[in-house]
Amino acid sequence: MNGPQDLGGQMGFGPVAPERDEPYFHPAWEKRALGVTLTAGGMGAWNIDESRHARESLHPADYYSSSYYQIWIKALEVLLKRHGFITERDLAAGKAVDPAATPKRVLKAADVPAVLAKGGPCDRPVAMPARFQAGDHVRMKNFNPTGHTRLPRYAGGKHGTIEAVRSGFVFPDSTFSVRTKLKIRSMPAPL
Amino acid sequence: MSHDHDHDNELDPFAARVRALETILTQKGLIDPAAIDVIVDTYETKIGPRNGARVVAKAWSDPAYADWLKRDATAAIEKLSYSGRQGEHMQAVFNTEETHNLVVCTLCSCYPWSVLGLPPVWYKAPPYRSRAVIDPRGVLEEFGLTLPAEKKIRVWDSTAELRYLVVPMRPKGTEGWSEERLAELVSRDAMIGTALAKEPEGEPA
Repeated sequence: MNGPQDLGGQMGFGPVAPERDEPYFHPAWEKRALGVTLTAGGMGAWNIDESRHARESLHPADYYSSSYYQIWIKALEVLLKRHGFITERDLAAGKAVDPAATPKRVLKAADVPAVLAKGGPCDRPVAMPARFQAGDHVRMKNFNPTGHTRLPRYAGGKHGTIEAVRSGFVFPDSTFSVRTKLKIRSMPAPL
Repeated sequence: MSHDHDHDNELDPFAARVRALETILTQKGLIDPAAIDVIVDTYETKIGPRNGARVVAKAWSDPAYADWLKRDATAAIEKLSYSGRQGEHMQAVFNTEETHNLVVCTLCSCYPWSVLGLPPVWYKAPPYRSRAVIDPRGVLEEFGLTLPAEKKIRVWDSTAELRYLVVPMRPKGTEGWSEERLAELVSRDAMIGTALAKEPEGEPA
């Protein structure tokens, strides 16, 4: 979707204003926000493309007025509700009230180093040959999918040349939609 | 909950929101709060731009390694044990006399964590993400970097999984330097493309 995240080429956001000797975290809660997001992701209920889609599905006014970790947390709440791990009642109470879905796994402290070191490689064996070869002239689609896509708006409809053919990779547009499109349709829009 | 926590919450509603979420997930047995501590410690003290600087210094010192890094950055970086989350698939882009490279993620904040650590706020914020692809020269000026008009700038907008590492040009006057010493000249921003490698200060003794 070409939502608020699709920033390439937009104007009006002002100067970059890089901060000197920037700390990794600003308010201390950003540390917990990073960790909660990664450990909740460790349950394996959604993939990275679904979590990106949850972030870009925030209302533009909300997205642009939120810091990056605020965006993460707001999207995480959406994902946790969507997959049955938390409810509005839990959030309103600030503690566990309702039962939760059973996760595939829980990321334990002892396993964190190995999990971070392994990461989540996204290359996959693909049986068919690549459709395009280096040097081929192509034109990008000009489309407006409602799901996640990695084609930014500024590139839509543009002409280009294939520079390199890499091995097979997960296609974010479809891994995301196959798993959760129906589920999302049944959910009220966030905000 | 302790008094300190309540006090934090009064100061910052978002701190309270994050704390509530962590509490709910912990009470339900869905997350291990100690795992959060390990994650934070990892990115505060273990994984940062020093990793990438070592990769660059090695490429400057060892032509065979530089060639490998150019052809297969994922494997070449793994050899130094700097692979991992958000660095699973890597491409190194080399600055030359003709071309300067600049990395952005216009759609989110894709960034090579395993070699650069967590991204700075400006990398994740709308001003950089929006303008890097239409006004890279103007963006670099804001970092105090003015490139000659004839120098080409190549902007790499990150894909879903491929992460880019800029290999800056080796400064003159560093012949014979050790990799450790060379790595000191390589800043995080130089590996994003918003800076050049630092010039050596004075002549080595």
